[in-house]
Amino acid sequence: MDDNSSMAVYKSMKKAGVNFVVSVPCVNLKDLIYMVNNDPEILHIPVTREEEGIGVCAGAYLGGKKTAILMQNSGLGNSINALASLNKLYGIPLLMIISHRGVEGEQVCAQVPMGILTPHLLEAMQIQFFMPSSKSEAEDNIIEAMSTALHNKSPVAVLLKIGFWKSVC
Amino acid sequence: MLRIDAINIISNKAKNDGSLLISNIGIPSKELYYVCDRERNFYMLGSMGLASSIGLGLSLAKPHRHVITIEGDGSILMNLGSLATIASQKPPNYLLIIIDNGTYGSTGDEPTATSLYTDLAAIARGAGIREVYTTKTSEYLIQLMNEVKSGVIVVKVKPGNAEVPNIDISPQTILERFMEETASNIDK
Repeated sequence: MDDNSSMAVYKSMKKAGVNFVVSVPCVNLKDLIYMVNNDPEILHIPVTREEEGIGVCAGAYLGGKKTAILMQNSGLGNSINALASLNKLYGIPLLMIISHRGVEGEQVCAQVPMGILTPHLLEAMQIQFFMPSSKSEAEDNIIEAMSTALHNKSPVAVLLKIGFWKSVC
Repeated sequence: MLRIDAINIISNKAKNDGSLLISNIGIPSKELYYVCDRERNFYMLGSMGLASSIGLGLSLAKPHRHVITIEGDGSILMNLGSLATIASQKPPNYLLIIIDNGTYGSTGDEPTATSLYTDLAAIARGAGIREVYTTKTSEYLIQLMNEVKSGVIVVKVKPGNAEVPNIDISPQTILERFMEETASNIDK
């Protein structure tokens, strides 16, 4: 894993004004979670399950925070009802930084089904998402995703594929 | 004691103290709306299982405000990991009240596991929450509400729903008026 990719995501989250983060680990999120956890300006809450994290972020938004979840795409399946009947119902924004497993370069066969389905699930849920192919594109996408989430009062996702975390440029 | 009796006691105390109140999906929210509607009530209309998580996020975002969540046994059983997260964060301004009637009261009183062998107070303690109390009486609930500001209270009640109307304000209104309250610095 390349530190530069994680640092780029972290800096973009900061630029976007994120100050409350929940996380469920993924090997590709390891460095990012470490950075977020060590930032005194960000309240970082490790949670046990993605759906729980959606709830914690919703509560933090009620308290005025700009919230993000760091998760693997496998957790999208755990979150669908909450994203619909909590975020969509009330109009609660959320930045979803998603490690997209099960795509090119995947070593674990169990990741492949959800890897293929993830963009389709987001489309079906009418959740806007970005799939950046470079670090600089990811930086722009993260900032746009947060502002769109706040403007549209809805979750917006950024899918970061396996190659993104390995890239150096 | 029925659930609505417990909600009456809790909402009275929340009103007197200016606490922010999150209430669980289904009839519990409707009973709260009927008993004591206030702008500082956030009524959950969906996402069963997440009341305790929403309350946790709010209490962490607003550390100087007192937050109470009214949770149910069926609902907390869907999200037991939340108790571990609450234990890890241990917010001093967050009180989670689980009204345990041993049934899925909003769907037809199908029994939950607490009607058999499951002990939610023991689970909360096992999750690492230091302050955990159980009450079966309204007198002790009133006493606990006066003395306890954080942790978990399990309120054992008989199954049964009050005949109350639906919540007739929109989700957007519930959210907007609640957020106006959280943004203000007025305590009561």
